[in-house]
Amino acid sequence: MILGLSFVFIGLAVLFSTLRLLKGPTTFDRLLASDTLTIITTALLVFMASYFSRVIYMDVALVYSVLGFAGVVVVARYLEGGL
Amino acid sequence: MVIVGKILVLIGSIFLFLGSLGILRMPDVYNRLQAGTKATTLGAMSLILGIGFMNGSFLVKSIALIIFIVLTNPISSSTIARASHKSGVPLTSKSVIDVCQDDMKKEEV
Repeated sequence: MILGLSFVFIGLAVLFSTLRLLKGPTTFDRLLASDTLTIITTALLVFMASYFSRVIYMDVALVYSVLGFAGVVVVARYLEGGL
Repeated sequence: MVIVGKILVLIGSIFLFLGSLGILRMPDVYNRLQAGTKATTLGAMSLILGIGFMNGSFLVKSIALIIFIVLTNPISSSTIARASHKSGVPLTSKSVIDVCQDDMKKEEV
Protein backbone atom coordinates (compact mmCIF):
# COMPACT_ATOMS: atom_id res chain seq x y z
CA MET A 1 0.00 0.00 0.00
CA ILE A 2 2.64 2.49 1.11
CA LEU A 3 5.00 1.34 -1.62
CA GLY A 4 2.29 1.75 -4.26
CA LEU A 5 1.64 5.31 -3.09
CA SER A 6 5.38 6.05 -3.28
CA PHE A 7 5.45 4.64 -6.80
CA VAL A 8 2.62 6.99 -7.81
CA PHE A 9 4.55 9.97 -6.39
CA ILE A 10 7.72 8.98 -8.27
CA GLY A 11 5.72 8.63 -11.48
CA LEU A 12 4.31 12.14 -11.05
CA ALA A 13 7.84 13.44 -10.43
CA VAL A 14 9.05 11.86 -13.68
CA LEU A 15 6.05 13.36 -15.52
CA PHE A 16 6.68 16.92 -14.25
CA SER A 17 10.41 16.80 -14.97
CA THR A 18 9.71 15.54 -18.48
CA LEU A 19 7.27 18.42 -19.03
CA ARG A 20 9.98 20.90 -18.04
CA LEU A 21 12.45 19.05 -20.25
CA LEU A 22 10.10 19.50 -23.21
CA LYS A 23 8.98 23.07 -22.43
CA GLY A 24 12.11 24.75 -21.02
CA PRO A 25 12.74 28.24 -22.47
CA THR A 26 16.53 28.08 -22.25
CA THR A 27 19.04 25.27 -22.62
CA PHE A 28 19.86 25.35 -18.91
CA ASP A 29 16.27 24.50 -17.99
CA ARG A 30 16.52 21.37 -20.10
CA LEU A 31 19.91 20.54 -18.58
CA LEU A 32 18.52 20.96 -15.06
CA ALA A 33 15.51 18.82 -15.89
CA SER A 34 17.73 16.07 -17.25
CA ASP A 35 19.90 16.27 -14.09
CA THR A 36 16.79 15.85 -11.96
CA LEU A 37 15.63 12.96 -14.15
CA THR A 38 19.00 11.28 -13.54
CA ILE A 39 18.54 11.44 -9.77
CA ILE A 40 14.92 10.27 -9.97
CA THR A 41 15.96 7.37 -12.19
CA THR A 42 18.67 6.39 -9.69
CA ALA A 43 16.10 6.30 -6.91
CA LEU A 44 13.71 4.36 -9.16
CA LEU A 45 16.39 1.76 -9.94
CA VAL A 46 16.96 1.24 -6.21
CA PHE A 47 13.18 0.90 -5.81
CA MET A 48 13.15 -1.73 -8.56
CA ALA A 49 16.05 -3.57 -6.91
CA SER A 50 13.92 -3.94 -3.79
CA TYR A 51 10.75 -4.79 -5.73
CA PHE A 52 12.26 -7.58 -7.84
CA SER A 53 14.80 -8.46 -5.07
CA ARG A 54 17.78 -8.34 -7.42
CA VAL A 55 20.98 -6.91 -5.94
CA ILE A 56 22.49 -6.25 -9.38
CA TYR A 57 20.18 -3.24 -9.92
CA MET A 58 22.04 -1.41 -7.13
CA ASP A 59 25.24 -1.60 -9.17
CA VAL A 60 23.34 -0.41 -12.24
CA ALA A 61 22.04 2.55 -10.20
CA LEU A 62 25.57 3.44 -9.04
CA VAL A 63 27.00 3.36 -12.59
CA TYR A 64 24.02 5.34 -13.93
CA SER A 65 24.52 7.98 -11.25
CA VAL A 66 28.25 8.32 -12.09
CA LEU A 67 27.59 8.63 -15.82
CA GLY A 68 24.74 11.11 -15.38
CA PHE A 69 26.82 13.34 -13.14
CA ALA A 70 29.74 13.29 -15.61
CA GLY A 71 27.41 14.08 -18.51
CA VAL A 72 25.76 17.04 -16.78
CA VAL A 73 29.09 18.55 -15.70
CA VAL A 74 30.60 18.16 -19.17
CA VAL A 75 27.59 19.74 -20.93
CA ALA A 76 27.48 22.64 -18.43
CA ARG A 77 31.20 23.35 -18.83
CA TYR A 78 30.79 23.20 -22.62
CA LEU A 79 27.91 25.69 -22.61
CA GLU A 80 29.94 27.98 -20.34
CA GLY A 81 32.60 28.12 -23.00
CA GLY A 82 35.69 26.77 -21.29
CA LEU A 83 35.81 23.01 -21.57
CA MET B 1 12.55 -1.98 10.84
CA VAL B 2 10.43 -2.67 7.76
CA ILE B 3 7.85 -0.10 8.87
CA VAL B 4 10.56 2.54 9.35
CA GLY B 5 11.90 1.71 5.89
CA LYS B 6 8.48 2.06 4.28
CA ILE B 7 7.89 5.42 5.96
CA LEU B 8 11.31 6.62 4.78
CA VAL B 9 10.47 5.50 1.22
CA LEU B 10 7.18 7.43 1.37
CA ILE B 11 8.90 10.59 2.65
CA GLY B 12 11.56 10.31 -0.05
CA SER B 13 9.04 9.91 -2.84
CA ILE B 14 7.04 12.89 -1.56
CA PHE B 15 10.22 14.99 -1.60
CA LEU B 16 11.02 13.86 -5.15
CA PHE B 17 7.48 14.83 -6.20
CA LEU B 18 7.74 18.27 -4.52
CA GLY B 19 11.14 18.94 -6.07
CA SER B 20 9.92 18.22 -9.54
CA LEU B 21 6.75 20.26 -8.93
CA GLY B 22 9.08 23.15 -8.07
CA ILE B 23 10.94 22.58 -11.31
CA LEU B 24 7.67 22.82 -13.22
CA ARG B 25 6.28 25.92 -11.48
CA MET B 26 9.20 28.18 -10.46
CA PRO B 27 9.70 31.26 -12.66
CA ASP B 28 13.45 31.26 -13.24
CA VAL B 29 16.46 29.01 -13.88
CA TYR B 30 18.01 29.84 -10.51
CA ASN B 31 14.83 29.26 -8.52
CA ARG B 32 14.36 26.00 -10.37
CA LEU B 33 17.91 25.02 -9.39
CA GLN B 34 17.13 25.58 -5.71
CA ALA B 35 13.90 23.60 -5.85
CA GLY B 36 15.17 20.87 -8.09
CA THR B 37 18.49 20.10 -6.50
CA LYS B 38 18.01 20.40 -2.74
CA ALA B 39 14.62 18.70 -2.47
CA THR B 40 15.64 15.99 -4.90
CA THR B 41 18.87 15.26 -3.01
CA LEU B 42 16.99 14.82 0.27
CA GLY B 43 14.32 12.74 -1.42
CA ALA B 44 16.79 10.36 -3.06
CA MET B 45 18.74 10.02 0.22
CA SER B 46 15.63 9.17 2.20
CA LEU B 47 14.29 6.74 -0.39
CA ILE B 48 17.55 4.85 -0.78
CA LEU B 49 18.07 4.65 2.99
CA GLY B 50 14.51 3.37 3.38
CA ILE B 51 15.13 0.62 0.82
CA GLY B 52 18.32 -0.26 2.71
CA PHE B 53 16.36 -0.54 5.95
CA MET B 54 13.71 -2.73 4.33
CA ASN B 55 16.16 -5.33 2.96
CA GLY B 56 19.24 -5.82 5.12
CA SER B 57 21.35 -7.15 2.26
CA PHE B 58 21.05 -3.82 0.38
CA LEU B 59 22.25 -1.65 3.25
CA VAL B 60 25.98 -1.36 2.42
CA LYS B 61 25.41 -0.51 -1.23
CA SER B 62 22.64 1.94 -0.26
CA ILE B 63 25.01 3.82 2.02
CA ALA B 64 27.69 3.93 -0.72
CA LEU B 65 25.09 5.30 -3.16
CA ILE B 66 23.92 7.91 -0.63
CA ILE B 67 27.49 9.11 -0.05
CA PHE B 68 28.04 9.42 -3.78
CA ILE B 69 24.80 11.38 -4.32
CA VAL B 70 25.56 13.76 -1.45
CA LEU B 71 29.05 14.42 -2.80
CA THR B 72 28.20 14.92 -6.46
CA ASN B 73 24.76 16.53 -6.59
CA PRO B 74 25.76 19.99 -5.25
CA ILE B 75 28.70 20.03 -7.67
CA SER B 76 26.45 19.61 -10.69
CA SER B 77 24.01 22.21 -9.34
CA SER B 78 26.78 24.74 -8.81
CA THR B 79 28.18 24.06 -12.28
CA ILE B 80 24.79 24.63 -13.92
CA ALA B 81 24.25 27.88 -11.96
CA ARG B 82 27.70 29.19 -12.86
CA ALA B 83 27.28 28.34 -16.54
CA SER B 84 23.83 29.93 -16.79
CA HIS B 85 24.96 33.13 -15.04
CA LYS B 86 28.05 33.37 -17.21
CA SER B 87 26.13 32.97 -20.44
CA GLY B 88 23.71 35.70 -19.40
CA VAL B 89 20.39 34.03 -18.63
CA PRO B 90 18.26 36.88 -17.19
CA LEU B 91 16.85 36.79 -13.68
CA THR B 92 13.10 36.93 -13.15
CA SER B 93 11.49 40.31 -12.81
CA LYS B 94 10.62 39.79 -9.13
CA SER B 95 14.25 39.37 -8.02
CA VAL B 96 15.67 42.14 -5.84
CA ILE B 97 19.44 42.05 -6.23
CA ASP B 98 22.07 40.26 -8.31
CA VAL B 99 25.09 39.88 -6.06
CA CYS B 100 27.34 38.32 -8.67
CA GLN B 101 26.92 41.16 -11.18
CA ASP B 102 30.05 42.99 -9.95
CA ASP B 103 32.13 39.85 -10.34
CA MET B 104 31.09 39.59 -13.97
CA LYS B 105 32.07 43.21 -14.63
CA LYS B 106 35.47 42.70 -12.99
CA GLU B 107 36.13 39.67 -15.15
CA GLU B 108 35.28 41.63 -18.30
CA VAL B 109 37.76 44.41 -17.37
